[in-house]
Amino acid sequence: MALGIALSFISAGCQPQNMHKIPPGYQTPIDVNPAPPIPPPGPQMPITDVNSTNVPFSSEFPGHTNWNENADQFKADTIRFAFDSSAIRSSDKSKAAAVADYLKQNPEAAVRVEGNCDERGTEEYNRSLGERRALAAREELVRLGILSDRVDTLSYGEDKPADTSHGESAWKQNRRDDFILLTPPK
Amino acid sequence: MKNNSLVKRILFSGALLGIGFCAMAQNEVNVTKRTMNPGAEPPTWVSLSGFTGEAESVLRFDLYVQGFNFTNAEAAQYLISGSNNGNLQGRVSDPHSKATLVSKAYSGASLRRQAHLFADEFVTAIARKGVAQTKIAFKGDTGANSEIYVADFDGNNPQAVTADHTIVAAPTWASGRLALYYTSYKLGNPDIFFHDLLSGQRHVFARYSGLNTSPAATANGRVAMILSKGGSPDVWECNSDGGGLQRLTATREDESSPCWSADGEWICYATKMGERRVLCKVSASGGAAQRIPTSGVLNPTEPDWSPDGKWIAFTAQMGGFEICVVPAGGGAVTELVAGEDPSWSPNSRTLVYTRREGGGRRVLSLLDVPTKQYKDVSRIAGSGNDSQPSWAK
Repeated sequence: MALGIALSFISAGCQPQNMHKIPPGYQTPIDVNPAPPIPPPGPQMPITDVNSTNVPFSSEFPGHTNWNENADQFKADTIRFAFDSSAIRSSDKSKAAAVADYLKQNPEAAVRVEGNCDERGTEEYNRSLGERRALAAREELVRLGILSDRVDTLSYGEDKPADTSHGESAWKQNRRDDFILLTPPK
Repeated sequence: MKNNSLVKRILFSGALLGIGFCAMAQNEVNVTKRTMNPGAEPPTWVSLSGFTGEAESVLRFDLYVQGFNFTNAEAAQYLISGSNNGNLQGRVSDPHSKATLVSKAYSGASLRRQAHLFADEFVTAIARKGVAQTKIAFKGDTGANSEIYVADFDGNNPQAVTADHTIVAAPTWASGRLALYYTSYKLGNPDIFFHDLLSGQRHVFARYSGLNTSPAATANGRVAMILSKGGSPDVWECNSDGGGLQRLTATREDESSPCWSADGEWICYATKMGERRVLCKVSASGGAAQRIPTSGVLNPTEPDWSPDGKWIAFTAQMGGFEICVVPAGGGAVTELVAGEDPSWSPNSRTLVYTRREGGGRRVLSLLDVPTKQYKDVSRIAGSGNDSQPSWAK
């Protein structure tokens, strides 16, 4: 974890894509190893959005393997999405803010955003859409001042429905981001 | 291949196509070279006699999903006869030319395998390479979880490849090998694995932060996939050893389902432009994305490029899901049947796809593209909810 934070601290400063200031105070890099070289970007191919605000992952491997998981902490903060959308509705921004506040108060903790879809898209489309939903919450957390490397994403696509029945009331429950609290292994 | 019936068939399909069929007939052009006419060709009528039980049902299935249908001997273009007492014997003749096209006695393996081989020898003798001895891979639900399976192309002989007791997805074949790439959440993240089915050995192929899914391998061994390590689901590609990783798209959209052109030059995938879902292609060596127009349908996803390079099959979503094909350069779309996630047969004629039954259960089905004849594969035991088929090529 310390290494991850340290690396993210360094690489966040190196990557032009990351426009967000790192708030001082609650994150102190310790045990600083040299940051891995940042791979040169591949051929750039903007289709729609040249001014990308994608927040790349700075670690090559999923961030918080073997950390303790707590699915209850942010149960009330599940974000729900409109059909085929990965935009966080303004009414749901307070939920991301609540998660961000918790992370600010608990600097050792991290979070995994799990993106999910209803069954109406095709399977791999939904796996990408679920990731896009998780990344939307990650970007919101980063916007609120959380270091990007404290936020993992995981898409289940349509494979982990909250409600397994078929119909709009189930689909509404299934288009969601769940926040899983991660704490360092003892 | 000199026979009158063949010439008649060419004449008929030439008339359908409205192109110079006289010249084709005079030159006795090989049928495999004629352009496929998706959803608009009649079946080839055959008669089947002398077979019983499993041998008969195998032959009926194999031929139906390859564009044949059954009639009496008087109306048939080909007469298929034989017996299956212990071993299978089979004979195919053309009643017009009186020519015998296939006459074989089979032994060994199982009656089922003998029937598949006979079906292939018939199809190959009159038209194109048959597909009755090919394999498919797919995702089979096991309750809350799923596993990767492989089976004969008709769903028979299913074998679980994984025992991950978690979510697995998106199997695809390594070209020309008994080996698969697929996504598994085994390590707590959607990662791409390479699995050699002969040795049983597998290894992690792509495990970066975020999403690793939708692998697709080309004949020269390169692998395209969806990774979100750059902050958004994008198309990436790399060598067969995972090295040489390069990013081919960099958008804010959710790219999905990359597939290769037969020559390995292009990767087609689904994305969004504005608020519209579209198919695009990008050169495997990088550069600008090019839209592949899909006129007449909405929300194309899950493209699969035919091995002959001519067609792209995909799923359109307009209320329900529709299996569609479009010329590889884009253009007018032919809607075929309700279903999703098509994968081409090695001979670029039949598709395996997922069909939703009432209640949302999914079953794999085979679709003969020119005739739109389709038939479900055998129900896979212990699963009953199968999807994401990939046809071995």
